[in-house]
Amino acid sequence: MNIRIQNPKSISTQRRNWLTASGLLGVYAWCHPFLAFAKKPEAMQAIEKIVGSNPINDGKVKLTIPPLIENGNLVALKVSVQSPMTATDYVAAIYVIAEGNPLPNIFSAYLSARSGTATISTRVRLADSQRVWAIAQMSDGSFWRDHADTMVTLSACTEMP
Amino acid sequence: MSKTSHTKITMPSTEKKGQIIEIRAIAQHDMETGFRYGDDGKVIPRDIIHLFSCSYNGVEVFKADLYPGMGANPLIVFTTIATETGTLEFKWAGDNGYEAIDQSSITVS
Repeated sequence: MNIRIQNPKSISTQRRNWLTASGLLGVYAWCHPFLAFAKKPEAMQAIEKIVGSNPINDGKVKLTIPPLIENGNLVALKVSVQSPMTATDYVAAIYVIAEGNPLPNIFSAYLSARSGTATISTRVRLADSQRVWAIAQMSDGSFWRDHADTMVTLSACTEMP
Repeated sequence: MSKTSHTKITMPSTEKKGQIIEIRAIAQHDMETGFRYGDDGKVIPRDIIHLFSCSYNGVEVFKADLYPGMGANPLIVFTTIATETGTLEFKWAGDNGYEAIDQSSITVS
């Protein structure tokens, strides 16, 4: 009680410091899974295998997955690519790669001008909090990509469904 | 997993010519990843569907390679243009000789 009366400024400073520290810790804990990608080299190899030495551009592709996932065994995933889908300009293929899965490839879909739209929805497994990539190959041979980060509470693969 | 299993296709049965139709294809399958361990401590061998394709009156309009990263009972939602009246044939092929075929017809006006 005496301390509060004698030195109120010091206490409020301590409290402020403590709040700042705990706040930073919280931010660190939130970012941490995104900083530690376990299987990243394998995922990059898988991407390299698809695109070869061609450059990959950002844009045109939109990958949608929930930012927070309770169960990694069934995750709704949607990829849509901006394209007129005409006989001369269409999306030839869509690849989905997960950085944190034991096998990075999830699926490769092959489309044609008869697809009408380049939109695919499916349900995938995610082993960990990670970054997922979607890569689209256009009919002219160019590659476009998008990525999405997600947090997974219950992992697929290791736990029984 | 048995040699074949139940499948389900959801798509419109009639459509105007040139319209885009959405097709939902689902097959009953465990999609065993090959990364899990059984009660005896041994790895459960991989057993997945690795190929899905759709042909419209004999012409292939969609194909997908699937990997263990696909969820159990793989659901694939994709689109195609209704060009003519006919039959769409869906095929799934997987490990251990798994094969499933489903058909759905469409009337295009």
